[in-house]
Amino acid sequence: MIMPSISGLRADLAFIAHWVTPHSQVLDLGCGDGAMLQYLQHEKQCSGYGVEIDDDKIPRCVDREVLVIQQNIEDGLAMFADDAFDTVLCLSALQMMKHVEPVLRDIARVGREAIVSFPNFAHWPHRLSLLMGRMPISESLPFQWYDTPNLRCATISDFEDLAREVGLEVIDSVALSDAGEPVHVLPHWRGSQAVFRLRKR
Amino acid sequence: MQSIGHVTPQSIHFGEPLKLQSGASLSEYTLVYETYGTLNADGSNAVLVCHALNASHHVAGTYEGKPKSEGWWNNMVGPGKALDTNRFFVIGVNNLGSCFGSTGPMHTNPATGKPYGASFPVVTVEDWVHAQARLADRLGIQKFAAVMGGSLGGMQAMAWSMLYPDRIAHSLVIASTPKLSAQNIAFNDVARQAILTDPDFHAGDFYAHGVVPRRGLRVARMIGHITYLSDDDMAEKFGRDLRNAEYQFSYGVDFEIESYLRYQGDKFSEYFDANTYLLITKALDYFDPARAHNGDLGAALANTQTEFLVVSFTTDWRFAPERSREIVQALVNQRRRVTYAEIDAPHGHDAFLLDDVRYMGVVRAYYDKIWRHLQSTAPRKQREIA
Repeated sequence: MIMPSISGLRADLAFIAHWVTPHSQVLDLGCGDGAMLQYLQHEKQCSGYGVEIDDDKIPRCVDREVLVIQQNIEDGLAMFADDAFDTVLCLSALQMMKHVEPVLRDIARVGREAIVSFPNFAHWPHRLSLLMGRMPISESLPFQWYDTPNLRCATISDFEDLAREVGLEVIDSVALSDAGEPVHVLPHWRGSQAVFRLRKR
Repeated sequence: MQSIGHVTPQSIHFGEPLKLQSGASLSEYTLVYETYGTLNADGSNAVLVCHALNASHHVAGTYEGKPKSEGWWNNMVGPGKALDTNRFFVIGVNNLGSCFGSTGPMHTNPATGKPYGASFPVVTVEDWVHAQARLADRLGIQKFAAVMGGSLGGMQAMAWSMLYPDRIAHSLVIASTPKLSAQNIAFNDVARQAILTDPDFHAGDFYAHGVVPRRGLRVARMIGHITYLSDDDMAEKFGRDLRNAEYQFSYGVDFEIESYLRYQGDKFSEYFDANTYLLITKALDYFDPARAHNGDLGAALANTQTEFLVVSFTTDWRFAPERSREIVQALVNQRRRVTYAEIDAPHGHDAFLLDDVRYMGVVRAYYDKIWRHLQSTAPRKQREIA
């Protein structure tokens, strides 16, 4: 593994954490149990808030000393001022949104930079499944078509277009394998997760 | 989980005058309070629990010989409960102007030798907090680990963070609001009018006439109670259920909801003081810390050093989640440490008094955190001894 998982942080998160500037103000949208923010607070002296809708995750964030605000991201980020954060994280959450574009615009409004990740629909096993006439089921998309929380399927190229449209410029992007390692050869085919580092244009 | 068992109220008399926000002052007063658990050696584990409109210092436990006298937050406070009295020294205090023991309208005004009645000065949330701070002084508490309250109690927890920023580490603001809306004030005034226009009110001096403005209190309570429940909860509990099988075609009780509200009103008018009801609704109406800062709540909270837990309930239309979000937003804009939980509970405003796994889970996790902080900041000397 290229990026060892520190403090038990998932490999893909550990990779993404390297893109976050030490001592920065971070907003983590869909922060889950707060593992990422806890790591950033501990290892990189970052501060900020998590946003999470799931009831069960709120006490777990409290346990981790992560400041969490319970709300639906799609209700808008009116709670947060323009440019309030150095970095907005939206990791493995965007594909669950009904309205992706307004969420992305909100991210661009409240953050100077953003890091967005989502399952790459063009990952080769997915392409193969579709060729075989089936919706893909994989480690990154582990649900049946009829019960998946992932409402939006996008490829790396698709996302680039939308990011540009909402006023975000791609600083960096990487495709990660299921093991959380960067994929350098044929990333659009071989990456299961797409990660974008974006800046307001 | 066990209850705290039998508890006994205590009281402290304060001889030094308390200057009130209105400009008036109380020359002397008594505060009644209860405590649960044990204050640690460095006095760092104290939690103040502030009561809302019709509650008191009796937060938890029961009174000896009265098994039904459970405190109003007995499900929250006790050994092993979310606010664990094995860890924390918990104080419940009855506010000035109340009718449960602390100096209030039915007590004798030392200046006249007669009951205060309607001449009891109007007190504010801030006045209560200053009185509570004096109680803390007497009990040897320099800094509270937390101040907590629901509804009007949450306003006190908020006011503590602004008035005594260095005397409170955590503020738990539950089902509360940074200010009442026009609708909230309207409901309060209808309740007040019911009391003020009751012929038995006698301009607040009904004690001398040997009567109680029961009808006014009853209506006031009925109105209040409607705002504590959600529409869905009321529909679920009562629907259009009839007391008898058929319509009565009269003005007695037809529907179960009428019977319930009348019963609540009657019960309330037996024990609650009409002047206290007026006072406390005024304290609610006047609370608006942003007012002194041109309506900027963030500016009002700018000097706080407290960490906050804000909790709201989705079906609370009295102090709706939007009001709590205003508090959170102001704190976030000030870069304060704040956690916000929005509990999808069906019970309206009353939800803050009821058991809900998610609600209790968040509060418990929060007190666990406060406890961890206390352990890690305990004076070295103590830890060495231990």
